[in-house]
Amino acid sequence: MSEEACIVGIGETAYMRKPGSGMSLLGLQLQAAVRAIEDAGLTGQQIDGIMPFPNLGHAEGFAANLGCRNLRFQSIIWMGGAAPVASLRVAAAAVGRGLADYVLIPAGWNGYSGARARQTVSEDVSSLPGGAIARDFYLPFGFTAPPQWYSVIARRHMHEFGTRAEQLGCIAVAMRKHAQRNPNAVMNGRPLTLEDYLASPMLADPYRVFDCCLETDGAAAVVVTTAERARDLGKEPVFIMGAASGQPCPADEITNRKDIFETGLSLAAPEAFGQAGISPRDVDFAQIYDCFTFEVLQQLEEAGFCKRGEGGAFVEGGRIELGGELPVNTHGGLLSEAHVLGMNHIVEAVRQLRGDAGERQVAGAEIGVVTGWGDFGDGSIAILRRA
Amino acid sequence: MSQDDTSIATPLPELEGLTGAFYGFCKDGELRFQRCSDCGSWRHVPREMCADCGSWSWEWERSSGRGTIFTWTVVVRALHPAFQDACPYAPVVIEMEEGVRILSEITDCPPDELEIDQPVEVVFEDASEDVTLPKFRRVAS
Ligand SMILES: [Zn+2]
Repeated sequence: MSEEACIVGIGETAYMRKPGSGMSLLGLQLQAAVRAIEDAGLTGQQIDGIMPFPNLGHAEGFAANLGCRNLRFQSIIWMGGAAPVASLRVAAAAVGRGLADYVLIPAGWNGYSGARARQTVSEDVSSLPGGAIARDFYLPFGFTAPPQWYSVIARRHMHEFGTRAEQLGCIAVAMRKHAQRNPNAVMNGRPLTLEDYLASPMLADPYRVFDCCLETDGAAAVVVTTAERARDLGKEPVFIMGAASGQPCPADEITNRKDIFETGLSLAAPEAFGQAGISPRDVDFAQIYDCFTFEVLQQLEEAGFCKRGEGGAFVEGGRIELGGELPVNTHGGLLSEAHVLGMNHIVEAVRQLRGDAGERQVAGAEIGVVTGWGDFGDGSIAILRRA
Repeated sequence: MSQDDTSIATPLPELEGLTGAFYGFCKDGELRFQRCSDCGSWRHVPREMCADCGSWSWEWERSSGRGTIFTWTVVVRALHPAFQDACPYAPVVIEMEEGVRILSEITDCPPDELEIDQPVEVVFEDASEDVTLPKFRRVAS
C-alpha cells in the first residue's frame, strides 16, 4: 500500500457503565463522529464516505444528520470486531482511488445499558457468527456465546503448549495497569492484581470473569483521507503503512479448521508487514483486540511478535506493559478501558503516534500496530506511523 | 436474569435441507456425515460442495460413531437463558475417526473428569418430538 492514506481525525465519547449514555445508538456514534470530524478540521458536510459497523448503523442515517452533501462511498465490512481495522484498509484504498475524499469510520453502542450481548445471541440468529450453522449445530448443545466459542481454542493451546492461567492473568493485569493512566477508562481507579485475577469466578473455563471484556456504553470514530488533503488541513497525519484483513478457512465454523489456531490475522499479518516493509521487531506498541485475554496471546503469536506456542512466556515479566519491550493496549483495551468494538484501539494508536497520550505516552513512538478480531476468528491489522 | 427466563425453550436446529437430513439420520439412530464421491474427503457441518476438490457429488456415509475428545469448555455461568439450570455443563469438541470434528456433549462424564484424547462413542438423545441430538459417552481406550 502506498503511504497516500492517513488518519486525520479521531473522536471519542465518554466511556461508561451505570447509568448508561442516555443517548440513542445513532446519537452516541454521531457524537464521536462529530468530534473526529472537528479534530480533522472538517465539517460534516464534507464527509463523502461512511463505513458503519455491521448491525450498528446505516450510512444514510449518519449522512442525514451530518448534512453530507455528496455521500458517494459507503460500505460495511461484515467481520464483527475485525470490522473497524478492516474498514481502515478499505477506506485507505477508497481515498487512494478517489472513490471518496474524506471517509468517516464510526463505531459504538450502548453495550451496557442497551440490548446486552447475551440477549442478542439468544434472540437474534441473524446476528450470530456462522448464522444457521451456529443455530443448528452449536446452540442446541449450549455453545451459545463468544467466551465459550473461543475458550475451547484457549484450552487446546494450554494442552499443546503448556500455556497457564497465570499467563492469561498477566494480560488482564497489564490492561488494568494501563487503565490507571487513562481517566476515560471505565476501570480507572480500580486496580487488579494477579491474585485478584486468579480468584475471580469462572465463566467459561478456562475463562474467568477477568478474562472477559467489559460491557460499556461509548463510541469512537476516525476520519481517513489522502496525504495531500491532510496537508491542506494543516493537521499532522498518521500514515497507514500497511493494512490487511483475512478470514480463517472455514470462517463460519470454528471447530473444523485443519489448523485449529489459524485465524484471519495469521493470513493478514504477513501481507500488512510486507506492505509496510517492516517486521514486528520494528513496532513500538500494539493495540491488540482484546475481547478475551487468550485472544491477545494468540494474536501476538499469529501476527509474528513471537512464535506460536511462545505467547505465554511473551506476555510475562511486564513485556507487554508500558515501559516494556512491546506495550500492548496502552489505553486499557476492551478489558479495562471500554468495549468500543476496537475503534478505541485505533484512536489510541493515533493518539500515541501524535505524542498526545499524556502519562501513558510510549516514549519516542514512531510505529504502532492495531488489530481487530471478530466472529469466529476473522482478523485485521493496520500498521501506522507518525508523520 | 429473572426466574421466568428459565422457561425459555432450549434452542433446536431448523430441520431444513442438508441440516434436516443430518438430524433425520440421528432420529433413526445413525450418525452420518457427507463424504465426497470424488476425493473421499469427509465433511461436517453439511456443505453444498467439497472444499477440497470442488466436487458436487457426495453421499451420506455412516460414521463409525467413535472419536476422541479434542477440547472443551465448562460453562459455569450460562449466557443463554435456556441453559441456566444446566450449569456447570461442558460443550465438547470431538474429533471423529473419519477426521471431522463435531460439537456435542458427553452424557456420562462430569466436567471435571473430561480429558483430551478420551475415547468416546455416539449415543442419541431426543430433544423434542422431532429432533434427536447426537451426544457421546466414554468408552474404554
Ligand atoms: Zn472432494
